Amino acid sequence: MSESVAAFLYLVSGVLFIMALRGLSHPTTSRRGNLLGMLGMAIAIVTTLVLAGPSFGGFALIVVGIALGGGIGALIAKRIPMTAMPQLVAAFHSLVGLAAVLVAAAALYAPTAFGIGTLGGIHAQALVEMAIGTAVGAVTFTGSIIAFLKLDGRMSGKPIMLPNRHAINIGLLVALVVLVGVLVITESHLVFWLVVLVALALGVLLIIPIGGADMPVVVSMLNSYSGWAAAGIGFTLGNLALIITGALVGSSGAILSYIMCKGMNRSFISVILGGFGADTASAAADDGVERVVKQGSADDAAFLMSNASRVIIVPGYGMAVAQAQHALRELADVLKANDVEVKYAIHPVAGRMPGHMNVLLAEANVPYDEVFELEDINAEFAQTDVVYVIGANDVTNPAARDDPSSPIFGMPILEVDRAKTCLFVKRSLGSGYAGIDNELFYKDGTMMLLGDAKKMTEEIVKAMA
Amino acid sequence: MSASLDRALEGLDSAVAAVHQAASSDTAAALASGATGGMIDPFVFRLAIFILAILVGYYVVWAVTPALHTPLMAVTNAISSVIVVGALLAVGISTSGLATGFGFVAVVLASVNIFGGFLVTQRMLAMYKKKEKPAKQGNDHV
Repeated sequence: MSESVAAFLYLVSGVLFIMALRGLSHPTTSRRGNLLGMLGMAIAIVTTLVLAGPSFGGFALIVVGIALGGGIGALIAKRIPMTAMPQLVAAFHSLVGLAAVLVAAAALYAPTAFGIGTLGGIHAQALVEMAIGTAVGAVTFTGSIIAFLKLDGRMSGKPIMLPNRHAINIGLLVALVVLVGVLVITESHLVFWLVVLVALALGVLLIIPIGGADMPVVVSMLNSYSGWAAAGIGFTLGNLALIITGALVGSSGAILSYIMCKGMNRSFISVILGGFGADTASAAADDGVERVVKQGSADDAAFLMSNASRVIIVPGYGMAVAQAQHALRELADVLKANDVEVKYAIHPVAGRMPGHMNVLLAEANVPYDEVFELEDINAEFAQTDVVYVIGANDVTNPAARDDPSSPIFGMPILEVDRAKTCLFVKRSLGSGYAGIDNELFYKDGTMMLLGDAKKMTEEIVKAMA
Repeated sequence: MSASLDRALEGLDSAVAAVHQAASSDTAAALASGATGGMIDPFVFRLAIFILAILVGYYVVWAVTPALHTPLMAVTNAISSVIVVGALLAVGISTSGLATGFGFVAVVLASVNIFGGFLVTQRMLAMYKKKEKPAKQGNDHV
């Protein structure tokens, strides 16, 4: 196979990847899109194998590697619970980052195999591209591991603030740039590994000060980084599939980060600088008065809901933690059987990653055309009889709209307080993930249902039967 | 919402049209290569493809429905593992033991991602269902 034919085939696989993302514009076309993505990957791999024409030993090693990795990957994909999707994606990002570092190292030690010069005589341009890909890859690797540990609860979600951390980070960044310069001039293997080492440290230090509430942004951001790392390596290898994919993934992650930041009314810079959620706000506690909330039982809730004509369900991450999504679907089924109109309202940052709540509801067989995004449903709350808030908190806090002194002021919220009655399921009267008291609890139309989200929902279903 | 989607799609169409035009305008390419004596660095072409792909990515990703943002992340994860092509070259034709070793580990890691990413996306997408028709309702209680 000639180089030109190979380049053309890589272009084809790049276009197939674009079509895979294009398919995701609607659930009905998404499955075909995913198949096109697989086809693109197969074309890229086969093209490379035919082009390289490996020896029998090399070919055997490749087959073993793909079988080993593929087997592990397939097993994970089959077993992973949908609630753990954010951790899984973070872990996968770290693998892309590490793979980028390893490919760059291989190119450094065997440049002739990649057509970028000879040992000790690698083209300067290839070295620059390689060094950038390596540095971004290494940052992605350790950053994603920290994100994984935080999301998986193996590490506290609280921000870890080192003294002078901005100075340290800037120092590391400068060191990184200098080392890349030295690497390009000397092509020293030692300097290469120093670049890796500094970038690994930078990855850790960049993510540890970022609090758990900001993790959706971090996961999206690392998604973007993994793309730029791949693109850097793509330039080194002159591989079109890799360059196109890197660009796609890079911009995709950047857009998702932007959407998440907007959903929380936070600037990207302030998320990166970290520290949000470190100081637990005590604004509500200092007025010294014990404020009263109206509490209700499952029977009250069942009565209210079965007499309603329109109900909107607002699920949050707490619902997923309590594994209440199936009970919730049952509740919706019973209501629908009683001619009550049921809809679901999803806040952009519900869950721990973009779109997480939609997947959890889909898993519980909730039809996707009953699930609505914030801007599509917010106007409907005023004409709604009962809102059932389950496992969500901060995203319903009216203080974000009304109280300029609130730390979440300006964040778009689901305006559940405009409904006639708001049923709020909560384990206890504590504050939410961002550590802020919710004004909603004390409103006249709100009835608190204290208890486990799943049990409470099941009891309501029973009470309605 | 649908208005912004339409706008994004329009943008995509015009981006595609621009790429078509750029590709078909032989005169511009001939002029460019004539001016430099046919010595344009391949890097420039790669950079052009890179920048165009960022633009295409921008429009395509804005058109993705928010309900599918998690599958989007999973699938971008899978496709970024096309970095496996570099690892294959290292294992397949390098003569350095170290490079082969790095390449092999990279093949394994990227394969975890390729299979894991595409399959988990498939699993998620299979769960997205439309509202059932009224006739079928009622026998859904498990």
